[in-house]
Amino acid sequence: MRNRAERCRRRLSEACTILLATMREIFDEAAYARFLGRQGLASSPEAYAEFLRDQEFAKARRPRCC
Amino acid sequence: MPKYLRFLIWLAVALLGALSLATIALHRGEQINALWLVIAAFCSYTLGYRFYSGFISAKVLALDPRRATPAERLDNGRDFVPTNKWVVFGHHFAAIAGPGPLVGPILAAQFGYLPGTLWVLAGAVFGGCVQDFVILLFSIRRDGKSLTEMAREEIGKIGGFVAYVAVISIIVILLGVAALIVVNALKASPWGTFTIAMTIPIALLMGLYLRQLRPGKVLETSIMGFVLVMLAIFGGQWAAQSPSVAGWFTLTAHTLAVVIILYGFAASALPVWLLLAPRDYLSTFVKLGTIGLLALGIIGLHPVLHMPPLTRFVDGSGPVFAGKIFPFAFITIACGAISGFHSLISSGTTPKLIRREPEARMVGYGAMLAESMVAIMATVAACVLPPGTYFAINSPAGVVGKGPEAAAATISNWGFPVSAPEMHALAQAVGEQTLYNRTGGAPAFAVGMAHIFSNSLGGQALMAVWYHFAIMFEALFILTVLDAGTRVGRFMLQDALSHIWKPLGRTSWYPSILATSGLIVGAWGYFLWQGVKDPLGGINSLWPLFGIANQLLAIVALCVATTILVKMHRARYGAVTLAPLAWLVSVTFTASWHKMFDPNPRIGFLAHARQLASSGASGAEVTRLVFNDRLDALVTAVLLGMVSLVLIESAILWGRVLLGSKPAAVQEAPFVPTRFVEEGA
Repeated sequence: MRNRAERCRRRLSEACTILLATMREIFDEAAYARFLGRQGLASSPEAYAEFLRDQEFAKARRPRCC
Repeated sequence: MPKYLRFLIWLAVALLGALSLATIALHRGEQINALWLVIAAFCSYTLGYRFYSGFISAKVLALDPRRATPAERLDNGRDFVPTNKWVVFGHHFAAIAGPGPLVGPILAAQFGYLPGTLWVLAGAVFGGCVQDFVILLFSIRRDGKSLTEMAREEIGKIGGFVAYVAVISIIVILLGVAALIVVNALKASPWGTFTIAMTIPIALLMGLYLRQLRPGKVLETSIMGFVLVMLAIFGGQWAAQSPSVAGWFTLTAHTLAVVIILYGFAASALPVWLLLAPRDYLSTFVKLGTIGLLALGIIGLHPVLHMPPLTRFVDGSGPVFAGKIFPFAFITIACGAISGFHSLISSGTTPKLIRREPEARMVGYGAMLAESMVAIMATVAACVLPPGTYFAINSPAGVVGKGPEAAAATISNWGFPVSAPEMHALAQAVGEQTLYNRTGGAPAFAVGMAHIFSNSLGGQALMAVWYHFAIMFEALFILTVLDAGTRVGRFMLQDALSHIWKPLGRTSWYPSILATSGLIVGAWGYFLWQGVKDPLGGINSLWPLFGIANQLLAIVALCVATTILVKMHRARYGAVTLAPLAWLVSVTFTASWHKMFDPNPRIGFLAHARQLASSGASGAEVTRLVFNDRLDALVTAVLLGMVSLVLIESAILWGRVLLGSKPAAVQEAPFVPTRFVEEGA
């Protein structure tokens, strides 16, 4: 019984983690984290401005459906 | 799980699906519950995913779990990033689901709920999902190449060129139609216009917060923006009731069209990231939330459908758009069943994120099923309305008459009772001055959604808030599609023009930016203006044009897919892509023919032009309308001619490969073993 509850809790936690990761990817938070890691920077207004410049070209070319 | 138990479960799903399909197809003369549509969809999708996509994965495409994807081989932490399959699924779904799966089914509901529902289910399982899946996989095996690149390399130069022109054409027509939907939703609506106007300062505030206070915290910024937008919706009620403020935000269709054209140009040509980027995030946030909310609402409240399964308009005399079920229902609903535009996304960002080849099945096939479910929900939103109300909202004044009494009388005479006082009361309940002639689908969706939610959450008191929430969601999202689409079109045009003169391709050279932005905005702005001036509401002619262009792009995508299958020595499974291809060819070619040459002036562009020319009326207005009709016919003919060339070029190539006169050489990236092989093996 306890095992089952534990398994349920773990699955729920995994689902929440994936949902959050999905949202972070959709909303470019994950891309920003990767950018900081790649450039060896800490998060700051300047770093974010640099990230936006870096992203602008690729993002503007990304088609989005009707 | 024992094999027999699995068999019994799938048998139960199949039987439940068959029962629900029989219920929605065979019920006559009494209303059915919306849940039957949801159950039919759920069962069809799970069966399609489990068995048909399983067959395609194993036999047709032979997905290889040992093969490294470009996300792994070319991982640069930027464009190519191996990503969790659920995350890619969400990302892909957010990119493919737009206003299309909401608008198309609402317009097609004029035939009744049955034709649209059956097409959405069959079209998605056998067409749209297959297209998205195979194009995604083929792009993965080609280092994430785009559809136009694959068309050029696998079919030939004509294929590549036509795919390129089709993409630009679709973008232009789509943006014109999308802008028209916003205009029709916001005209003479101070509440809606106020709410959308408020998203500008809200987005600027979000931009400052995101850049200065909490860099990169997009999710919390979007939640904050969402709360502010909800306050703006409540504020809109006050604005609409204040005579002085309402005057500022009560705009005509013409004024709104000019404002949107200027907005599109500014968004493309000026560095307005502080406004656009946060609004993009906000609209995605609202879109995902609204779709989730609608799904919960339909399942939780399971409303009854008031629309009959089939209406008298199956004969082609529909007021929303003219034309019979075949072919027009099938081009009216593109997104939700099969949409060529998806092939651009399946060969865009998504293939660069897939970590392992087998995951393409869930992302490509599965995300399209999810979008198809959105189309089913839109059908429900339209069909919960009493049919008289639905037709009063969606019919243009040119068809039902200008005054409320005239419109109500015309619609009642069709057998769908509605009265002017009823429509007036409904307009007041949703906080509008009128709901007549609101063509385009968005207002009908908003009324349907408000109708569903007002029966439980907040009751009639919140009906106006729900209505304007839905309008805000659609307008905000469409405006985002508009500015993003204009920029994508501008870049594509700059790429093409760079072959003529190099500086035109420089994306930072202002003369080129202004010229190409002007060309793209001018092109879709022309279609928008044409729609605004059209006495039949514009949607009647422009939505079919968009549907034809979108499905023609799907034909190009399926030609590419079939060509690659033939070259992979998988011709025996060619029916997987050839069947939807043949269906789309018959639908789009028939629809194009009708739109050009049908003698009924409500259907054929040229017949309408002849009718106008012979009506005896003269003046610049008539000359312009005649010119527009001829232009629409010409656009249709050019697109049709070009896609015919791709079909011919592809068919010749298939024949030569099958007869052995041309080597079957695919342009795949070389095999490299994956390091992720142990994970799912």
